[in-house]
Amino acid sequence: MAGIDHTESSSTNRSGTDAQFARVVVERPSIDTLIQLLDRQGFRVLGPTVKDSVVTLAEIGSSADLPVGWTDTQDAASYRLIKHDRESLFHYTVAAQSWKQFLYPSNACLWKARRAGTELRIESGAQPEQKLALIGVRACDLHAIHVQDKVFAEGTYRDPGYVRRRSNMFVVAVNCSKANATCFCASMSTGPRATDGYDLCLTELSEPTGSSFLVEAGSSYGQEMLAQLPSRPATEADCAAGDAVAAGSIGQMKRSVDTTEIKPMLQKNAEHRQWLDAGSRCLNCANCTLVCPTCFCVTVEDRTDLSGNAERRRVWDSCFTLDYSYIHGGHIRTSPQARYRQWLTHKLASWHDQFGCSGCVGCGRCITWCPVGIDITEEVGAIRKSVKIG
Amino acid sequence: METLEPYLAELPFLRGLSTEHIKLIVGCASNVKFDAGQYIDREGQAANTFYVVRHGRIAIEIFHPTTGPICIQTVGEGDIAGWSWLFPPFVHHFDSRAVELTRAIAFDGECLRRKCDQDHELGYEMYKRFAAIMESRIESTRMQLMDLYR
Amino acid sequence: MSIPQAMTATSAGIDPMLPDLFRIRRVRPETHDTFTFELAPVQSGKRFSFLPGQFNMMYVFGVGEVPVSISGDATSTGLLTHTVRAVGSVTRVMANMKAGEIIGIRGPFGTPWPVQEAEGNDLLIIGGGIGLAPLRPALYYALANRSRFGKVVLLYGTRTPEDILYRKELESLRARFDLDVDVTVDRAGGDWHGNVGVVTRLIPKASFDPGNAFAFICGPEVMMRFTAMALQKREVPLQSIYLTMERNMKCAIGLCGHCQMGPLFVCKDGPVFRYDRIRDIFTTREI
Repeated sequence: MAGIDHTESSSTNRSGTDAQFARVVVERPSIDTLIQLLDRQGFRVLGPTVKDSVVTLAEIGSSADLPVGWTDTQDAASYRLIKHDRESLFHYTVAAQSWKQFLYPSNACLWKARRAGTELRIESGAQPEQKLALIGVRACDLHAIHVQDKVFAEGTYRDPGYVRRRSNMFVVAVNCSKANATCFCASMSTGPRATDGYDLCLTELSEPTGSSFLVEAGSSYGQEMLAQLPSRPATEADCAAGDAVAAGSIGQMKRSVDTTEIKPMLQKNAEHRQWLDAGSRCLNCANCTLVCPTCFCVTVEDRTDLSGNAERRRVWDSCFTLDYSYIHGGHIRTSPQARYRQWLTHKLASWHDQFGCSGCVGCGRCITWCPVGIDITEEVGAIRKSVKIG
Repeated sequence: METLEPYLAELPFLRGLSTEHIKLIVGCASNVKFDAGQYIDREGQAANTFYVVRHGRIAIEIFHPTTGPICIQTVGEGDIAGWSWLFPPFVHHFDSRAVELTRAIAFDGECLRRKCDQDHELGYEMYKRFAAIMESRIESTRMQLMDLYR
Repeated sequence: MSIPQAMTATSAGIDPMLPDLFRIRRVRPETHDTFTFELAPVQSGKRFSFLPGQFNMMYVFGVGEVPVSISGDATSTGLLTHTVRAVGSVTRVMANMKAGEIIGIRGPFGTPWPVQEAEGNDLLIIGGGIGLAPLRPALYYALANRSRFGKVVLLYGTRTPEDILYRKELESLRARFDLDVDVTVDRAGGDWHGNVGVVTRLIPKASFDPGNAFAFICGPEVMMRFTAMALQKREVPLQSIYLTMERNMKCAIGLCGHCQMGPLFVCKDGPVFRYDRIRDIFTTREI
């Protein structure tokens, strides 16, 4: 990734203009072999798995830990996991949470301090960590990681932990074989096909008898790993089948965001009545910011114990909380509509000013996990309908 | 008073008035001097004078029974003090006191009211100017009310 | 005399979330709720530098961290000066700290007052309440480089005469022949012989050339808004007016998100802003 220090040659190589790697097809046992190889190389292998009636991201040991035969139906304020008729490994879209929980943990020790009399000692809280292998990263989530790179790894100040985790990460992307009603990656130009930023990219070619996987390497390290897996060269029919999978997903997409001139549209309409409308529905519960793969706000907590030790922890926070904007004298954003406006305007407009890209990747999690089903695409659409640009 | 005319014509407060009007006003004006600490007007007294401060400072005060005098605004060089002469019952609402040695031009309000009644154009010009002064004072007072530095 | 370049934490390879340790050398009471710390690095020989207008995050062991502007002379590298008002949980603990105790310091952060850009012009420094503290380093710069400026005018307003910050220093500054100092209070008792009224009332009478002046304003947001309007009334161009803003800060390095004001991060795009850049934000509520 541009701006990341490549301490090892295994870093996910982003440039799509690298040497073309030939496509191959592998069967399910190769997925297990891959996981074992990564484990032996010291990676902590993470991937989707079923837990608490959702697809969530966790450590996996083999392909059996993946949501085999499961599919999801997501819509506004609705998530259902259903068994379907095939032994697919990846036939669902985004997990309930995103990969940011591993790259930028929700609760981390920044440093510890010890007091002795009037003296004080402070030491960093950074701990040695296993390098990460991410299996089954969707195109939208891959883009979200690029977006967070701009935040944590390409600014004046960088987060050392994030940079470390990103620089020795192994990514196996997967092209979505379906789209949910909440997906709108196509209109955000972030999917459903992964284009770069991975070491390996899988497209599941699903048959009633089981799946095979069209695999493309995206880096030399990915190519090295692929070379150690049983495979056969991909035929033209295989590649066409892979293309059909992507086309099918795009065809299923129902929601979209028109991003034309979206920055001035939102920034110049701070008093639009739609904010009051959304604010009257919004519970300020912060679910959307917790599941959003690009939201990055944190707070710090200072703790002490009775024996003279203090600790500073960094904890995920949300612009939807009242205290988020507290200064002496009171809060800046007290009303629910002001907080909703802050989140949406930041995500779709201010992000461009700050980081040169959109903060939204169209994953749709905020629509699924909003308890009252507020739909970011609808809110933006309502403003656009009633506003003349230019 | 002839010697006052050039000075009055230069005052920002009277700028734009015709020479005739300035002559009319000069007829109601006189030089005054207050010693440091001297009370100029008292709450409740008849209000028939307003002042343009030439040098010094006038404090507008309210007397509080237990805290004593509280100064809520000072008026300095070039500023106007007093507008109660414009509105019936023409009575002062506050105390005013010279904080330091103060020289001012005093305008006979009763005299000026009569002239404004006869010459409505003069009246219009005077009330326009006083309205602007009051607007500025109200804005100032509102900001003081906010207790900004709390 | 030039100001040494302030280092950014990344350029020095330091973790910007780790505080450096400073020891309180002296505590000066200023008003009933305000005090000044003079601090020196615990590690002897350690240098620090800052630009006028920048701030540090001050850490009190076990309690927390607050952003505080640096209020001392930027050319003196020995002592770090911070004037603090006790208004919250951290600052109230700080108010009881004594010489010898340790404070964690992270910084300096933020954009500075454009003192060099202002050279060749008149300089108006307008403070309200505790707002005089972040302005003081800019005033010191102007006085240390006096010949590079035209008129230098300091206007200061606060609640009551007892709340006047740096009073003795202001009185001796007032005695200079090359500096105009005017002070006002919101209300006073009978023993105050100075101005009473809001600080904006000092602007119509201040002596400066609006077409060739820079104005640095610091104080409560409402005061800054009205001061900017009063300056505009005197035809000072918007591009010559600078304010310093305050928002909730947790990291001061643009990563926690809290200090956002529209698309701007107060900690790294500010806290000093040119007025024309943030004027729209002032007129939008709850932004």
